[in-house]
Amino acid sequence: MIARAPRNLSALLVLGIPLLWIVVFMLLPYGIIVTYSFWLKSYPTFKPAFQFGNYLTLLTDVQYLQVLGRTLKISILVSILSLGLAYPFAWWLVFRCRSQALRTWAYMAVIAPLWVSYLLRAYIWKTILGTEGILNSFLMSTGLISEPSSLFLYNQFAMVVTLTYIFIPFMVMPIYTALERIPLNLAEASADLGMGPVQTFLKVTLPLSTPGIAAGFTLTFCLSFGDFIAPFLVGGPDGNLIASVIQTQFGAALNWPLGSALSIVMLIIVLAIVSLSDRLEATAHTGAA
Amino acid sequence: MSHKPSSSFVADTALTTFVCLLMAFLYVPIWVLIAFSFSSSRSLTWPIPGFTLDWYRKLFANADLLTAVGNSFYVATFASLLALAVGIPAAMALHRFNFWGKTLFRRLILLPITLPGIVTGISMLNMFRLFGFNPSLETVIIGHATALIGVVVTQVFARLQRLPKSLEEASSDLGAPPLHTFLHITLPNIRSAVFGAGLLSFVLSFDEIPVTFFLTGRDNTLPMYIYSTMRRGVTPEINAVGTLIVLASLILIIVSVLLSRDRSPR
Repeated sequence: MIARAPRNLSALLVLGIPLLWIVVFMLLPYGIIVTYSFWLKSYPTFKPAFQFGNYLTLLTDVQYLQVLGRTLKISILVSILSLGLAYPFAWWLVFRCRSQALRTWAYMAVIAPLWVSYLLRAYIWKTILGTEGILNSFLMSTGLISEPSSLFLYNQFAMVVTLTYIFIPFMVMPIYTALERIPLNLAEASADLGMGPVQTFLKVTLPLSTPGIAAGFTLTFCLSFGDFIAPFLVGGPDGNLIASVIQTQFGAALNWPLGSALSIVMLIIVLAIVSLSDRLEATAHTGAA
Repeated sequence: MSHKPSSSFVADTALTTFVCLLMAFLYVPIWVLIAFSFSSSRSLTWPIPGFTLDWYRKLFANADLLTAVGNSFYVATFASLLALAVGIPAAMALHRFNFWGKTLFRRLILLPITLPGIVTGISMLNMFRLFGFNPSLETVIIGHATALIGVVVTQVFARLQRLPKSLEEASSDLGAPPLHTFLHITLPNIRSAVFGAGLLSFVLSFDEIPVTFFLTGRDNTLPMYIYSTMRRGVTPEINAVGTLIVLASLILIIVSVLLSRDRSPR
């Protein structure tokens, strides 16, 4: 009896600290913006109400739908491009790289940029792609172009390149982990049964790595979906993505209720994608077992 | 006979070329950043006209920048300590207990990893304003800790799962109170994961912008200072700060590799 009490007490502490943190610093703040999202703007502040006007504005105003569409487009392009670069690399690491030392180094080399300032990695592309940037001066020195081109910076292309550069490690990590878990003899068995390398890849390797792809896609998508720093630096007028609009509502536009509603929309989209990828991962696991 | 090896040779060569190009994509920009920090010209055009250390000299004379570095150290230290203080119990709860709502608990505590920082920043800003707290470095610390708990939980939880249960059971069978078991059995065994998670949290907090953007008052952290400089344009001065940051990151990466190496023989 005496031994039970402190054990329960410590269990309460172990669970209580994070639970308290979640309630005070996550659920409470989310609850507050949910509440604000139903309120009414009354310049220069806002007043309590319960109406769906803010959500209605987001769903009917072309301006917001365009921003949402552009944000979705950019983040999907970033995720696809990252997948296209990360998958062959991870596959090479696991199945083609024969030296253990080289594998460790190459993997570290791709993950290491995560430790280098995010801001710098966005800024670098501003200096590379700009009209006075390295790419332009290089192309001019080779004579390919005669005057600096403004085609590279301040558009969707620049955003996709920059965000891919920034978030690609998040795609490599889960795919590498998924591929590494595949037993080597599965591919051998498949080859013994007369399947070619392409068939083996499509029927064995690819399905077994879907949890990794799902996890990588979720991370790169959500991170680029919610970014407003890199789009501001390299996106120009196109850089006005959903997060930048939220920022404006809480800054210059002073429309907190609308900004709150947009944040809730973003929260819901992220939650939907996370649970979708969780479900995909769960079915992949039961499928394998 | 000779057809098959040559086609796989072509495929292998293509793949190796691809890997090299990917490395170039990742690292040429960083070398460009470093190269321009030594450029004697103000504009960042190629080729570099001459070599200078002026930009570095300017950095060390820039009082605002040095204050920002100090603020960042303050924020990152306390944010990562707080993230550890909440994240380690959370990982232990997930590892050891079965309780009602466990899935929801896990989802919530890991949510900030995927949740864009702007949502964390905005929602906390609203809460702090509502309860009359002014934005300051301390609110930034709480915001960062909230965003980083998930990182700590994933790292520590993974280590706990590889820890044999028998150790802790033996300790409590021998009559050790739970706190004693935690301090003398659990903690020493997950030490490297705790250091690793703390280090990663420190780096991520040092580098954080979206949450800081909304929660900071008059004080700037280093990334916020650099960001406000960048809005005015690109200068070799930023490249010089950047080069120093790359150098510091490199040192931290080496430290974390050494730490993870220490983990494997156990």
